[in-house]
Amino acid sequence: MRIRHPLRQVIPFAALLPMALTVIVGYLGTVLWSLRISLTNSRSFPSDTFVGMAQYTRLFENERWLLSLHNLALYGVLFIGACLVIGFLLAVFIDQNVTGEGVLRTIFLYPYAMSFVATGLVWQWMLTPGNGIEQAAHQFGFAGFSFDWIVDQDMVIYTVVIATVWQASGLVMAMMLAGLRGIDGEIWKAARLDGIPTWRVYLSIVLPMMWPTIATVLLLLSTAVVKLFDAVVAMTQGGPGTASEVPAKFIMDHLFGRANIALASAGAVVLLVPVLAMLAPYAYARSRKGRA
Amino acid sequence: MHRAHKLALAAALALGCATAHAVGPQAERPKAEVIHWWTSGGESAAVKTIADAYRAAGGAWIDTAVAGNEQARAVAVNRIVGGNPPAAAQFNASMQFLDLVEQGMLNHVDDIAAKERWDTTLPAPIRDVIKVKGHYYAVPLNVHMPTWIWYSKAAFKKAGIAKEPATMDELFAALDKLKAAGLIALAHGGQSWQENIVFMAVLANVGGKDLYLSVFRDRDPRAIASEPFRQVLLAFKRLKSYVDPGSPGRNWNDATALLVNGKAGVQIMGDWVKGELNAARLTAGNQYGCITGFGARAPFLIQGDAFIFPKSANADTIKAQKLLAGVMVAPATVAAFNRIKGSLPVRADLDASALDACAQAALAVMKDRTRHVGNGEVYLTPDQNGALVDVLTAYWNTAMPVEKAQKNIAAALKG
Repeated sequence: MRIRHPLRQVIPFAALLPMALTVIVGYLGTVLWSLRISLTNSRSFPSDTFVGMAQYTRLFENERWLLSLHNLALYGVLFIGACLVIGFLLAVFIDQNVTGEGVLRTIFLYPYAMSFVATGLVWQWMLTPGNGIEQAAHQFGFAGFSFDWIVDQDMVIYTVVIATVWQASGLVMAMMLAGLRGIDGEIWKAARLDGIPTWRVYLSIVLPMMWPTIATVLLLLSTAVVKLFDAVVAMTQGGPGTASEVPAKFIMDHLFGRANIALASAGAVVLLVPVLAMLAPYAYARSRKGRA
Repeated sequence: MHRAHKLALAAALALGCATAHAVGPQAERPKAEVIHWWTSGGESAAVKTIADAYRAAGGAWIDTAVAGNEQARAVAVNRIVGGNPPAAAQFNASMQFLDLVEQGMLNHVDDIAAKERWDTTLPAPIRDVIKVKGHYYAVPLNVHMPTWIWYSKAAFKKAGIAKEPATMDELFAALDKLKAAGLIALAHGGQSWQENIVFMAVLANVGGKDLYLSVFRDRDPRAIASEPFRQVLLAFKRLKSYVDPGSPGRNWNDATALLVNGKAGVQIMGDWVKGELNAARLTAGNQYGCITGFGARAPFLIQGDAFIFPKSANADTIKAQKLLAGVMVAPATVAAFNRIKGSLPVRADLDASALDACAQAALAVMKDRTRHVGNGEVYLTPDQNGALVDVLTAYWNTAMPVEKAQKNIAAALKG
């Protein structure tokens, strides 16, 4: 028996329904729920007493939260910048048809297979004054060497950048390498005929052609920035003092240990803003491209 | 092939049923699942004394140990809210479970409270947090004193300190001597909760009981803005000058290790330090000394561990809860548990002769009930306490002026 025409149109939508429900209930629904909680005076349990913007006022009067936002911005710029540069250079390096490419690729990508917690712990040991790097330098004869960023108020956030860049740049390399390999070989031949130096080809021709790859990498790294939590917990626990606090840790602390889900939800909602700000241009570019 | 699999499965199921039947009587033993965060060697040995006592009393103990106290409490709260509560869960005797009580999610233990005469026998800071609107909602197990001042006799000897400090000034003088002798004067783990402990110790010993209660219990902005409290904050910050550069992020037991191997002189920390000292085969009075506070009027800080019993519709669980609560207050269990845990028993009628010198000194101090105060968490909600800890750790670690610290503490305790 042949299915009637209108039903045929419905079937694809029916097939998509579970996914759509997951998105609407699981994602949008919980976002709205967080928004609602953030307007109440909930503590351990959701409450129905609405207090307007009081949680947000408290949030932006909280020095730890403001410091967390500042840290996140600083961290984000440095982390994304360093990952992009290092990842691209590594990819270019491997793209020179070096011997042992497979081994090198694995070595560069390997840190990514480790969890942030393990990365954080290892780097914490290496960076602790008197241990790790400092001790090694002393044993190599540099007696005056000192590297105490991890216990320094002003420098500690950079140690988090170092550890996470070490971990993530291998992944960027892998994606960049895929992008490089996707560039048509004819372009290289043409450039060589014209006598253009290699670095110039990479910078002026190949890099612009890799824009879709870079956009994807940017999006991946940005989400990693916003959800930064475990590396900080493992490395510094937000310390010394509150010097390396990040928003996600603030939210987790208030959600569980401090039994203030309203304030935590307010923080989560605020954290959603940069994510939307990042996604909006991306979505807009995609939709224009779709129309064109 | 397929059929063979099914057959094997059926056989396995049948076998499973058979074994289940074989241990049939087990099913009638009241089953108690207990969530707690006692996972270190000494701690799990301590909780085992309760488990064994419960089994001996005819129950079946299901151990759900969750590492980390915040994580364990999060698991317990989620399980209770989600409708799958454990028979019992560990909390600190503090405001941590007040929300659960107010939501009507806990069973009270009034019958045991009446039998044990908790109204008169329990230390007031513990009694007042577990008794809500006339009902008792938790069974307290022990008293931890969080602000002991521990010192290494070897380090003191090396620095030429002849006598145990008896005042805060003498403590500072001793720290100066330790520093001059090239030792780490104050072994400190630079984590915010440890800074909070040092702060409570200074507030109790420099500020005294009245100021302590005005700040923590009354959250009085005038007391926080006062000159005596400013002096407390300055003394607290002065201690920072005696720690080593490696202290940020250090665990408390690593700080204790500095004391054990004679690299450091003093540590301000709770009585759980004794577990580490005992494990290193040091004995109180010989290799290390302990001070609960300076002077005969110094407040004695009290924090404790307690178990709560979530409401349940299951008759078996209710039976298990009753049995478990009874086991937890039995003198033999309390004595065995505290001997291993390093804490003090909540009941005063136990034989103290088996305890070490520090514990006996503490029991003597504890007899004077006017010196009892709770630790910060007894008076503050987890939220307020957390906000306070944030300010203290920032003040300790940065160049924050003391007036700003006073202002921020007042703001943190306002909510």
